[in-house]
Amino acid sequence: MPRPLPEPMPALKPGPMPEPMLVCRDVWKVFGPQAARVLSDLGPEASADQFVTKGHIPAVRAVDLEIGAGEIFVIMGLSGSGKSTLVRCLSRLIEPTAGEILFHGENLLAMSEDRMRDLRRHRMGMVFQHFALLPHLTVAQNVAFPLEVQGVARSEREDRARRMVALVGLQGREDAFPRQLSGGQQQRVGIARSLAADPELWFLDEPFSALDPLIRREMQDEFIRLQSVLKKTIVFITHDFDEAIRLADRIAIMKDGAVVQVGTPEDLVMNPATDYVAEFTRAVTRPKVVPVTRLMGPVTGPDPDATLPARTRLAEAAPLFLTHETVRITDEDGRTLGHLHRADVVAMMLEG
Amino acid sequence: MAGRGIRAVVVWAGALALLALFITFGKPLAPWAFDWPRAAELPAARWISALMRWLLNDASFGLFTFRDLTRAVAAVIDLPYRAVLGLLSGGFGALPPLGWLAVTGLAMVIGHRAGGWALAALSGAGFLFIAVFGQWTSAMVTLASILIAVPIGIAGGLALGLAAHRWPGLNRAITPALDLMQTIPVFAYLVPVLILFGFGPVAAVIATVIYAMPPMTRITQLSLSRVPSELRDLGQMVGCSRHQMTWKVMIPSAREGLMVGVNQVIMLSLNMVIIASMIGAGGLGFDVLAALRRLDFGAGLEAGFAIVALAIVLDRISQAMAQDRPGARAGHSYLLVALAVLVLAGGLTMVLPGAQDYPAEARLSTGTFWSDVVRHINVNYFDALEAVKNFFLLNLMIPFKRFLIGLPWLGVAALLALAGWRLGGARLAALSGGLVVVIAATGLWEEAMTTVYLCGIAVVIAMLIGLPIGVLAAERDSLWPGLKLVIDTLQTLPSFVYLMPAVMLFRVGDFTALLAVVAYAIAPAIRYTALGLQGVDARLVEAGRAMGCTRGQILWRIKLRLALPEILLGLNQTIMFALSMLVITALVGTRDLGQEVYIALTKADAGRGLVAGMCVAFIAIIADRLIQGAARRARARLGLET
Ligand SMILES: Nc1ncnc2c1ncn2[C@@H]1O[C@H](COP(=O)(O)OP(=O)(O)OP(=O)(O)O)[C@@H](O)[C@H]1O
Ligand SMILES: [Mg+2]
Repeated sequence: MPRPLPEPMPALKPGPMPEPMLVCRDVWKVFGPQAARVLSDLGPEASADQFVTKGHIPAVRAVDLEIGAGEIFVIMGLSGSGKSTLVRCLSRLIEPTAGEILFHGENLLAMSEDRMRDLRRHRMGMVFQHFALLPHLTVAQNVAFPLEVQGVARSEREDRARRMVALVGLQGREDAFPRQLSGGQQQRVGIARSLAADPELWFLDEPFSALDPLIRREMQDEFIRLQSVLKKTIVFITHDFDEAIRLADRIAIMKDGAVVQVGTPEDLVMNPATDYVAEFTRAVTRPKVVPVTRLMGPVTGPDPDATLPARTRLAEAAPLFLTHETVRITDEDGRTLGHLHRADVVAMMLEG
Repeated sequence: MAGRGIRAVVVWAGALALLALFITFGKPLAPWAFDWPRAAELPAARWISALMRWLLNDASFGLFTFRDLTRAVAAVIDLPYRAVLGLLSGGFGALPPLGWLAVTGLAMVIGHRAGGWALAALSGAGFLFIAVFGQWTSAMVTLASILIAVPIGIAGGLALGLAAHRWPGLNRAITPALDLMQTIPVFAYLVPVLILFGFGPVAAVIATVIYAMPPMTRITQLSLSRVPSELRDLGQMVGCSRHQMTWKVMIPSAREGLMVGVNQVIMLSLNMVIIASMIGAGGLGFDVLAALRRLDFGAGLEAGFAIVALAIVLDRISQAMAQDRPGARAGHSYLLVALAVLVLAGGLTMVLPGAQDYPAEARLSTGTFWSDVVRHINVNYFDALEAVKNFFLLNLMIPFKRFLIGLPWLGVAALLALAGWRLGGARLAALSGGLVVVIAATGLWEEAMTTVYLCGIAVVIAMLIGLPIGVLAAERDSLWPGLKLVIDTLQTLPSFVYLMPAVMLFRVGDFTALLAVVAYAIAPAIRYTALGLQGVDARLVEAGRAMGCTRGQILWRIKLRLALPEILLGLNQTIMFALSMLVITALVGTRDLGQEVYIALTKADAGRGLVAGMCVAFIAIIADRLIQGAARRARARLGLET
């Protein structure tokens, strides 16, 4: 029987949710002719089979979500569970069949085409699973493409593109064409491009799924590094639970178009809402999802020289304790939050 | 499986027996089933002619009449045509045209830009050849028509393709029209164009554009629909306007496919500009046509060779452009080099008159040589050639022709409906049977059957030659590249060119037509067979080898069987090629639908020409749909399609 986790220290209790940036209310997407009528005829309780017999596919079913500013929100589920369709609804690349999507409190679905275009140009960015690089443009031109579309002057957009390319570590390859790059490099270009217009809301649809496991891991590290600098609001899609718990502040699990549970990685592992979620999280040990802040104590004695950022999970932190007795936990700005001791980590790791 | 096979055999044997009975005993009972009664003939030709008359004389759009419209179109094309023609051949008043040296130099610069030194050399050699053999002036007239027709064809096809991509309704509306346009024989277009726009190069350019645009439209539609949906999403996400979406995302992403379309437009335009010499295009096509009429083989062949040279240069340059890797370009420097060439060549003409017009004393003419060769052959081998021709005519062609013409239209309609029903269900049955009835109702049954007889024999011969060559090429990898180059080149040659050698040896008549058609239609038979065999899953071949099959068994039992759908498509293409060539053989005196169109052309009778042209299109459509149905069934049976 694992011992109950200590309550987090009062100062770290999650405060009131930050103002939600993107809210999704009862969103449906049914593929097929006259989908809206079919949906209202069958009613929200209809089973998937009832839709299918009418020749329709309910790809997204009654989804309610709130995504906070600065949050990394991961949507995960098996292939065909409706993740891509949901994000395409959130960005209104496809028109939802029913529901509301509020961006800073304003309904996206009621917006004019012009306003929507403006929003996408300046405030949203997207990274695609198969990179979606334009084959006839160089790396720099691809990255500058969103700015070109906006009509930014050439010198300025070239300058911005060069900085973005450097940010993702591709300096020197500016004049290469996409087909001359490896998959990982191509996705770096995709990431640089999606950031070129400095969006506040960043969609990533399985950005690393087409990559080899090693490269994928490297790209995840890169993504974490970028986010620590950029602090965007992120909607990230994956079908890989390991990826989800590495990156997520919160995770939504989808099954057959519906969201089954939303919670922190820790919540999902400790309190799975359904058997389906339990099945997903079964192979995951607690240290993989428990953040270091959960076990740390108050500051005692002099500050140790080893530090860990607050969002590190215990399993990732553990190797550091081979050489250190105590580690300092810091927030994003480097301020000390508390101290973590080897004995507590070892006890937790042994319980698994 | 076996049961179904037996049932099929019973159905077909029964149907054929019924037909045989009907042919033997039916004529006195139901003569109307053999010859469509005159009184019931569709006066379609008259309707069309009346429509044309109305268009020309009375049609009006309120502000302007139809006449004004055609005049405006003609004027819009006439102006740039005159400019290009002046530049290449006529000059402007006191100003001389570009000399042969300048044009050859420019062609080399373009060749280098598209494909490096090798292509530059090829382009230079092609134009030099034309100059040396004294075909320069005609070739420039032909080139001028092409230079005007190609941009219009590309722009028009692109615009229509884009529109069809954006509005699915339009797409559904134009698809059948495109189908029909691609199967109507080229001569048939010429008649209405001739009537609406008169005799001359402008009408020829218009006919060329009409002929070359449908494939560009289709390729545009296809390549746009193949742009990955992620790229479209990307365009939306970065906030592209409609215009930006089209020009910055869709068209660049579809570039490769579009360039294939450009190549097609160029080659089809060349083909058509040659044929359109009949309505006044002038140039090389006119030289061939005039030579054919005079039976002056030497002159005809020389013009033919010049067409071949032009075709090869245009084809290779446009293909190289399609493969052109972006980034390998330095446009400004090429512009500078081109300017330098112009200035240099212009300067040279000041001191050296030979740089302007290729000097007559340095020209070569093989005309007399070829005429001598032909005379020699005819003197020495006349009997042998005549014997071959007569043998084929008497033993194969004439009996088959008589047999086909003797068939009752009702029986043919029923038989083809049965085939359609077996291969594709009720719709296909109605289509094939119905079209046969329509052909009969136009009163052109005999001409149609003559077309079918020539086309049928030509296709059988082309397949009999093409299949083994294709098999051989697929079995011996080393043969394929060379063979591919040969058939690629054969396919770039305008159909007119094929007539010349056949006429030289066998003069006019059905046998000559047959040879030209076979030569023209053999390329797809070879290509599809070879590609089909090469595409057979290597694992299945390996499995066969592991079971101990001999080479022959692997070929017969595995490869040919699996390649069947592809070979059927090859057959389909062979029929389409044969039909399009067959119409042109009207020039050597066949008595088929093509002749009907040709006569209509000389008499400027739009109704007669279009009706005969539509009949050819119907024959093509019946063959196409039935074979596609068979290929689909073969694929389904082989489990190649879900
Ligand atoms: N345009 C469409 N028309 C019809 N059905 C669609 C369309 N797009 C998606 N679907 C269907 O909707 C369902 C959800 O698809 P979606 O692409 O959102 O899944 P996903 O979770 O992103 O899967 P993957 O992990 O494979 O990307 C699937 O059953 C799919 O077949
Ligand atoms: Mg997806």
